[in-house]
Amino acid sequence: MSYEPSVHELNRRRLRRRLRWRSSLIASLVTVSVFAVLVIGVVSSPGWPSVREYFFSGFHARESFPEIARGFLKNIALFLMAEPLILVLGLAVALARQARSPWLTPVRVLAVIYTDLFRGIPTILLVLLLGFGVPALGLSGVPNSLFFWALVALVLSYGAYVAEVFRAGIESIHPSQVASAQALGLTRGQTMRYVVVPQAVRRVVPPLLNDFVSLQKDTALVLVVGIFDAVNAAQDYSNYNFNDTAIVVVACFFIVLTIPLARLTDWLQRRVAERERSGAR
Amino acid sequence: MTVLEVTGLRKSYADKVVLRDVDLAVDAHDVVCLIGASGSGKSTLLRCLNLLEKIDDGVIAFEGEEVSDPRVDPRRVRQRMGMVFQAYNLFPHLSVLDNCTLAPRRVHGVPRQDAEQRARELLARCGLAEKAEVHPDRLSGGQQQRAALVRALCTAPTLLLLDEITAALDPELVGEVLQIVGELAADGTTMVVATHEMAFAREVATRVCFLDEGRIVEQGTPEAIFTAPREERTRQFLRRVLPG
Repeated sequence: MSYEPSVHELNRRRLRRRLRWRSSLIASLVTVSVFAVLVIGVVSSPGWPSVREYFFSGFHARESFPEIARGFLKNIALFLMAEPLILVLGLAVALARQARSPWLTPVRVLAVIYTDLFRGIPTILLVLLLGFGVPALGLSGVPNSLFFWALVALVLSYGAYVAEVFRAGIESIHPSQVASAQALGLTRGQTMRYVVVPQAVRRVVPPLLNDFVSLQKDTALVLVVGIFDAVNAAQDYSNYNFNDTAIVVVACFFIVLTIPLARLTDWLQRRVAERERSGAR
Repeated sequence: MTVLEVTGLRKSYADKVVLRDVDLAVDAHDVVCLIGASGSGKSTLLRCLNLLEKIDDGVIAFEGEEVSDPRVDPRRVRQRMGMVFQAYNLFPHLSVLDNCTLAPRRVHGVPRQDAEQRARELLARCGLAEKAEVHPDRLSGGQQQRAALVRALCTAPTLLLLDEITAALDPELVGEVLQIVGELAADGTTMVVATHEMAFAREVATRVCFLDEGRIVEQGTPEAIFTAPREERTRQFLRRVLPG
């Protein structure tokens, strides 16, 4: 049995196409003109020639590039090491806060104190305190490298944030899920392990990635204890050559790193929305 | 007067055709009941009428205007067409009263006092006078669905679409909701109702449409459909759903 669209429908399809075409035309025109106005506004400002020389000099960009790239390896190393540690710490703390056994009360209290304390201290102060303070204690058997303690500071600071993200995810799982897991005879631990946490993790992936984008940028804070990372290298270059192009170059490094992660976050968020809301419109 | 006229409606999802060659005319004060098995296209038809779904062929005319034209603003159509869903879909963060006054106040620009007065009258009529200030979660399923009905009625729509509004309710709660729908019908409210409640369709409908595989196989007065169906498919369906 074949179906032939009616003339009316064919006209409607043509109309829909035309309307679609019109909205994309409006979208392009508006976008192009807004950006044109922005660019013209900046370029035609009275100070633009000196700003261009001071911040966008091609020569200084090329000159500062190798040193910044070398420093950027430190930033990358920092967050590649920090991210898995933060995930483990965050999830552990979140689970500790959910523990209900009376024996685990001290753990729960510690977890609460930890999140309250470390979320409250600015990350930059943690880096200073741990980076300079701990090595000064002169403890034996403890690494004295600045890099190590800067890493610990980042992990402790972000671990507290991520713990709260995990906790929000765990608490967002409907109580009926826990009830049905327990009705099947699962222990509280098994309920968490097999039912609650897998759902919670899926739900909090977008906010987690958000925290990680933030962490990537905050690896720059290690310069306060003198670690020669990309930002430190850029500042060094700027101060030496009286030209801030290096700052713009290092900003580009961070953008190139975070934009793919931001797009990934968006895509994941959309996928979760499609899956969880399909058929429930 | 014809409120709604559907001709040659077709709707498909990718290759799957869910509605085909649907013709339906609804006059003022009509109560059209759509019956048929799950998946026969009843809900999709209602969603098409409300312009929640884009149709693939045919014409939907509402109050004499073709609303299936892509240039028509769906919100303008929905302002005059109420819809109640199977799962109530009340807004959990608003009280029952605020649920009912949201659209009159924000969409129709009715002053708060007038909107609340009308909502309270309708709530009282539906036995919910005491529940105006509470949040939907505190109500039973039947009460929630009655509140959802009031919410749809508060904007005084010319046409009310009810999508299996008793399907999620306990049998004992079905009656209290259907009684109100029956009263609305008696008052002359124009409605298109997708339902599994055959007794209700028989009692309240002015016309019954039997849908099967996306087609209106047969339509007629309740007596004609329930006592002397012409089509074999209708007879099979009624044998399965009617007791005895």
